[in-house]
Amino acid sequence: MKINKRSIPVGTLILTTVVLIGLITMILRYINGLGATTNLSDGRAWGLWISFDLYCGVALAAGGFTLAGIVYIFRREKYHAVARPAILTAFLGYTLVILALLVDLGQPWYIWRFLFNWNIHSPMFEVSLCVMTYTIVLALEFSPVVFEALSKSDLPIIKRFKWQIPMRIIRAIQIPLVIAGIVLSTLHQSSLGSMLLMMPETLHTLWYTPILPILFLNSAIAVGPAMVMFESTLSSRVFGHRLSLDIFSGLGKMTAYILSVYLLLKIVDLLARGDLTLIFTAYPENLLWWGEMVIGAILPIVLFSMPSVRQSRTWLFWTATLVVVGLIFNRFNVSMLALGIRPDFTYFPYWMEFAVSAGLVADAMLVIWLANRLLPMGPGNKEGAITEAGSN
Amino acid sequence: MSKAVLCDANKCIGCRACQVACKQWNEMPGETTTNTGSYENPPKTTAYTLTKVHFSEADYDGKFHWVFTKIQCMHCEHPACAAACLVGAFQKTEEGPVLYDDHKCIGCRYCMVACPFGIPAYQWDDPTPWVRKCTFCADRQTGGLKPACVTACPSGALKFSERDALIAEAHQRIAAEPSKYVNHVYGEEEVGGTSWLYLSPVPFDMLGMPVVGSEAVTVNVERAMGAVPPVLVGVAALMSGIYWLVKRRQGSGGAVTPDDKERVGVPK
Ligand code: SF4
Ligand code: SF4
Repeated sequence: MKINKRSIPVGTLILTTVVLIGLITMILRYINGLGATTNLSDGRAWGLWISFDLYCGVALAAGGFTLAGIVYIFRREKYHAVARPAILTAFLGYTLVILALLVDLGQPWYIWRFLFNWNIHSPMFEVSLCVMTYTIVLALEFSPVVFEALSKSDLPIIKRFKWQIPMRIIRAIQIPLVIAGIVLSTLHQSSLGSMLLMMPETLHTLWYTPILPILFLNSAIAVGPAMVMFESTLSSRVFGHRLSLDIFSGLGKMTAYILSVYLLLKIVDLLARGDLTLIFTAYPENLLWWGEMVIGAILPIVLFSMPSVRQSRTWLFWTATLVVVGLIFNRFNVSMLALGIRPDFTYFPYWMEFAVSAGLVADAMLVIWLANRLLPMGPGNKEGAITEAGSN
Repeated sequence: MSKAVLCDANKCIGCRACQVACKQWNEMPGETTTNTGSYENPPKTTAYTLTKVHFSEADYDGKFHWVFTKIQCMHCEHPACAAACLVGAFQKTEEGPVLYDDHKCIGCRYCMVACPFGIPAYQWDDPTPWVRKCTFCADRQTGGLKPACVTACPSGALKFSERDALIAEAHQRIAAEPSKYVNHVYGEEEVGGTSWLYLSPVPFDMLGMPVVGSEAVTVNVERAMGAVPPVLVGVAALMSGIYWLVKRRQGSGGAVTPDDKERVGVPK
């Protein structure tokens, strides 16, 4: 990851290419339908888009509510500097989730129907409603940054508008917004787990447990700070504004604690259900289980608890990467690899499925790049509405 | 008052008249398939083949059995598809059928993933696809007719009646000829009961029928969803409480002063 300032144009060129390929594939999908653009079948009706874009996407965007909570509710001022990028990433993450769903739905032009036909007992309904509302909340949480940039703009019409007014309104409702964000996140992060509770017969016993919603919430809270570390290290290499090591080691320590609770829950749950021996006997699924646990929980807990790791940016970055990879592994396990496929079917994503997912990720990276260029994203922005409001 | 069908594999002769009757009644197109060396055709139920007869060869109890079972939606008493669907496109009717409504579906396919019997099928070849599955001929039932498949069945393998009565009859048939049947009415208990019931000379897993528990698959979901309102209120209260407490504690020392050293970026 040796990206320096000069290589940015090359990077954006690649990103733009990926975005364009993704866009063309999406258009093809709308013309030709799901069957022609995916390897989905009756046997495997959910594929890469659900596992990666929905399940991983929502969890990886958890940095938005965890950091907002740490900074505005627990008022740990130290982490102010990462709150802004975390909220932007979360907002983009959720926008991507919605875009991906618009590709994945069989009849996306009917998506509005869910607003008029409520099945309030469906976890999917709750996820949809929360994702929609939370995206709006995130947009509002982030909006002061945009207002701030606009208020400094020289363009004649934009200059005349009093951007201080909307900024002040958002500032006044900031804490309720943050609390709403936390409540909505708690609900839908866990409900993504509840969605899988419907499959006791097809989801492997190693993963199927009534506490799946709690495990989902817990792992999302853990990956939130890790994702913020992962991402701000990368963007600091590209954009040059480094954050203090103290923030990173603090986030690392936090992640270690949350992951310890997760590991404990996982083990105690298996023990309570009397299925702990499966982690040795249920070959080959147990390999998947060990994979996600070692990469995503055990190794990071060990590493993050070592003071030497917490003193090294490189080690902190790679450990955070482990947490992120482990979470992706877990979400793929529960939503694809350990979820039974109907007999006589196989599934491996078609290249167009990869192209759309990659295109969407590239979209987000381009927007982050633009934001860092055009908006006051960096730490230490005194006037920043979001970063200031918490401090009276 | 819910209707059911008892499907007796000992009586089925594998003629597939039910399969054809279903295609006719539902005006479904034929499918191009390849010869797999079996009379079983097409190989799977699809959005255009809502029912099919599955041919199994089973070695059981020292005997060879060639068993035919009709596969279609089981019309569960506690259908996972209906609990899953976010827009409520699936409804279990009092009369028995679980029905799907094109006018609600958005195509998320959660129903397909959720169904423990792997039944709902999608029109993958269509750019505007819908979910398709057996309707239990609800349209015929409201007109006082039997489902098309039952009407077509020449051997009496399919019997349409009240669910309770059929369960009783199934047990009578087992009791009358215990050597011919395994002592299990598939669908009586499976996932909380289904409207399609099966009798067989061999254990049902040998016929490729999913081995499922007797608890409705929707139970844990219902529990989790029941926790939503208290969690909503609880988390909101907890967060407000923490905010208030932390603020009061920090407030006693005057306004919060962010540690500027932390916040000023160190440029590379
Ligand atoms: S068999 Fe599947 S599709 Fe049919 S009612 Fe049960 S859950 Fe729904
Ligand atoms: S595909 Fe249609 S019927 Fe099935 S769960 Fe989604 S909205 Fe409901």
